[in-house]
Amino acid sequence: MRRALRLLALPALLFTVWYAASLGSENFYAPPLRTILAAFADTWTPERLRADVLPSLGRLTAGYALAAVLGVALGVAVGANRRLRAAAEPVLEFFRAVPPPVLVPVIMLFAGIGDGMKIIVIVSGCVWPVLLNTVEGVRAVDGVLSDTSRAYGVTGVARLRHLLLPAASPQIVAGLRQALSIAIILMVISEMVAASNGLGFTIVQFQRSFAIPEMWSGIILLGLLGFVLSELFRLAERFLLAWYHGLRDASRS
Amino acid sequence: MLEVQDLRKVYRSDRREVEALRDLTFTVDAGELVCLVGPSGCGKTTLLRCIAGLLDPTGGAVRVDGREVAGPPPGMAVVFQEYGRSLFPWMTVRDNVELPLKQKKIPKARRATLVADSLAAVGLDGTQTAYPWQLSGGMQQRVAIARAVAYEPSILLMDEPFAAVDAQTRADLEDLVRELWQRLGVTILFVTHDIDEAVYLGQRVIMLSASPTVVQDQLTVDLPAARDQLHTRADPRFTAQRTRVYEQIQAAKGRTAAQPPAPLGS
Repeated sequence: MRRALRLLALPALLFTVWYAASLGSENFYAPPLRTILAAFADTWTPERLRADVLPSLGRLTAGYALAAVLGVALGVAVGANRRLRAAAEPVLEFFRAVPPPVLVPVIMLFAGIGDGMKIIVIVSGCVWPVLLNTVEGVRAVDGVLSDTSRAYGVTGVARLRHLLLPAASPQIVAGLRQALSIAIILMVISEMVAASNGLGFTIVQFQRSFAIPEMWSGIILLGLLGFVLSELFRLAERFLLAWYHGLRDASRS
Repeated sequence: MLEVQDLRKVYRSDRREVEALRDLTFTVDAGELVCLVGPSGCGKTTLLRCIAGLLDPTGGAVRVDGREVAGPPPGMAVVFQEYGRSLFPWMTVRDNVELPLKQKKIPKARRATLVADSLAAVGLDGTQTAYPWQLSGGMQQRVAIARAVAYEPSILLMDEPFAAVDAQTRADLEDLVRELWQRLGVTILFVTHDIDEAVYLGQRVIMLSASPTVVQDQLTVDLPAARDQLHTRADPRFTAQRTRVYEQIQAAKGRTAAQPPAPLGS
């Protein structure tokens, strides 16, 4: 309860300030928040949510999930193999350094402008933080723990499941958190460049047709979406890494 | 039975070679409790990792019941010094003890019995659902011992298991090890740098030289099988034998470091 209050206090304050400051706004491009909120209710009807938000969420989920699976799988392979790691690391750092949005036109060339393209764009941007963090996490598995596993016959799949993945999970989760914000950005960008529906597409449509309050309402919706997703992520993390936070608190005191 | 024969380990890197173990030969009979003691940095851990099949020796061999060790042998359990790093922090106490049993494909009902019995044997009833980091250091090391006991090994290796716990806990754990050993009839090789601990625990004490390591001397401990912290440590025979081990360790240090032997006593 108190957490929810703390979480919402500042946004509420900011909204109030925005609301008050924009009340008498004559600027066409920055309409009063009151107008924007009215447009929000009119614009984001259940039909519209189904037609535009759902496809966006679908692409986001597909791309993010694919990137997570790919990143963790490759990351474990690279992290657990010293030679592979030495060979692959510079290349991975290079790919990570390429800003993902520049890939959108390139990927469009061979993947068209359908859902496949958007998913590929999201994967191509999200996979790097997951992959590199997984490599780091697997590489840093404690030597004593690794010896213990071997001595007690925890090898093969069991080693992956009971040692490597859990040991790397704090880093993997950190990578997934970075990837989540990248995924939302890429979802919007890919829809802005080429799409026939979706949140990014709709916002650009509003802007081009000078439906400015509607455009602002789309931006607010996007912000809300990001906020809800990151809160969901936090809940999942709390559950998944309960042991890690407990361990950290225990070793701190 | 555990045989270590002409064991040699040289660590090689690009620039230099470090000879950790020069030439080690000794045996531990089935059901024996033998302590390995040596000066700090004498390659005890290297030796133990070779015996556990976690490290390939450069020369010589380790044999368990006549079979040469290449990789961790199935009937061997290990307790490491760093209890905090040898228990899985993401598993409860029960899962930590149970995991090796699952790997051995022991049926579920039998696993539950083994876990409960071994935890009871180390005095940790009622901690099954706790996480290791919720327990004190001494209790964590008890969990590690319970895990080893539940594994039903024929040989138990212990690598300075009590070096990181406080003195009182240490005394309790020493007695626990002797009790478990007498009850289970398991072969124990106990590595320590603590001379008193070696004499108090062992039937036999093998003294190692400083690195590059050889066997400096051996001593069959002449003390009754029933030992306790109060009387055994006050026994004149205990004092005499710990002095002898102490002399040998000092001689081992002096020889390799080319220093005069340190004054005895204390």
